Amino acid sequence: MSIKGKAYIVGAYEHPTRKADDLSVARIHADVAKGAILDAGLTHDDIDGYFCAGDAPGFGPASIAEYIGLKKLRHIDQTETGGSAPIVHVAHAAEAIAAGHCNIALITLGGRPRAAGGVLALKPPDIDAPDLQFDIPYGPATQNLYAMVAKRHMYEFGTTSEQLAWIKVAASHHAQHNEHAMLRKVVTVEDVVNSPLVSDPLHRLDCCVMSDGGGAIIVARPEIAAKLNRPKIKVIGVGEAPKFSYGGDIDFTYSAAAYAGPKAFAEAGITPQDIKYASLYDSFTITVLMQLEDLGFCKKGEGGKFVQDGNLISGVGKLPFNTDGGGLCNNHPSNRGGVTKIIEAVRQLRGEAHANVQVKNCDLAIASGIGGALASRHISGVLLMERE
Amino acid sequence: MSEPRKIRAPFPLQETQAYWDGADEGKLMLRKCNSCGRAHHYPRQICPHCQSDDTHWFEASGNATIYTFSQMLVGPQPYVIAFVELEEGPKMMTNIVDCDASKLEIGQKLSVTFVKSDNGPNVPMFKPLT
Repeated sequence: MSIKGKAYIVGAYEHPTRKADDLSVARIHADVAKGAILDAGLTHDDIDGYFCAGDAPGFGPASIAEYIGLKKLRHIDQTETGGSAPIVHVAHAAEAIAAGHCNIALITLGGRPRAAGGVLALKPPDIDAPDLQFDIPYGPATQNLYAMVAKRHMYEFGTTSEQLAWIKVAASHHAQHNEHAMLRKVVTVEDVVNSPLVSDPLHRLDCCVMSDGGGAIIVARPEIAAKLNRPKIKVIGVGEAPKFSYGGDIDFTYSAAAYAGPKAFAEAGITPQDIKYASLYDSFTITVLMQLEDLGFCKKGEGGKFVQDGNLISGVGKLPFNTDGGGLCNNHPSNRGGVTKIIEAVRQLRGEAHANVQVKNCDLAIASGIGGALASRHISGVLLMERE
Repeated sequence: MSEPRKIRAPFPLQETQAYWDGADEGKLMLRKCNSCGRAHHYPRQICPHCQSDDTHWFEASGNATIYTFSQMLVGPQPYVIAFVELEEGPKMMTNIVDCDASKLEIGQKLSVTFVKSDNGPNVPMFKPLT
């Protein structure tokens, strides 16, 4: 069974906050839930499926479902894949809807790591995890777990820091038009490569921002989408896949998107060349480069060449990406960028993106996420959407 | 020179205790499968390549080459984190110590060394062969 055409995205909402000093994590989840429900023209009692990930505090999905006020649930899912989780949740929601397990699914993400003091990992490590004891003594951090992949990419394919910088440059061109974006100043390749090294070869401007906030998505069955007075965004293909260390049989030249992408494109019956707009997870510039290659927007090893000279800038290049400014310039709520990737893709497909970045005739879009760490273990989620 | 970096102690499981005991004795212990013949890292009772539970410990040569690395420059002290390819096949996460980080290169030969963790066992790390 395929989920193609079995579900539509009918609601989307992004929290405007970037520093939630006066909001609890639960309140952020409730705010975004309400925003998306109103956006869809629904009520809380219409929601019968609820999806959240590890950022939702309390007992599984129960604590936050109760706080939001979801009283009619008959399907729940707390699949945790890190930052890619909301993208995987849309896939799982479409599957649940296709199977008749729910009609209208709500997905929420929210957090306040910035207000909490800028701590990357809020929870202590799981001492029963079989693998972490072999990482922790060595000081693995998000920055260096992506930097090591960038270093190997440079060694294998001759990719340069200047090429990676173009990804940040493109994001900054988009962020200047987003009043909520944390970094609205347009930057140059020189600005990026001259910013301090964080973990070589990644510079400070190769990294995403750290922000509070969140977002929510509503997925509904076709008959319901048809009755709502909203543009119809059809889910046409999904893919998800993990990649890990395989007992030490490690190859850093590709990501899990190499598994998830082809599955999604095959289900949708389209190719990367058909895509008009791409939301690509941008925890770091290298994250974007790896997805571009692994999803098939260019050949393996040619990502550096592909992103050069503004090729990702809306109105300039061939593949407009992250037109809200992305994680690199706009926000990365709860250290998880998956939901904002979907939201900006929905804006583009609806024709509701900022006029200066709106892609003309945007009928096919991708949202791709990488959750976890590229170098050790991560999970890819890929979502293909069509404007009807 | 600044203070040496505090090495966070691992939390051994019964299944991996011999690895950390070996490190305390200056040995890099690996696990190998009697069924498929392949070594793996991180060590576990069940072979990640063929799922056989017929596996055993052995002492690795301690020779490795750099697969990739990065000098981490934020935090109290800089340090080099790396993945190295062991002579026996598997790659593993580690730190490269006793080195000039600016001179490191992918493919460079290394040998194992052991550094005491904070209130925990020795941890295998690597240094350039001179």
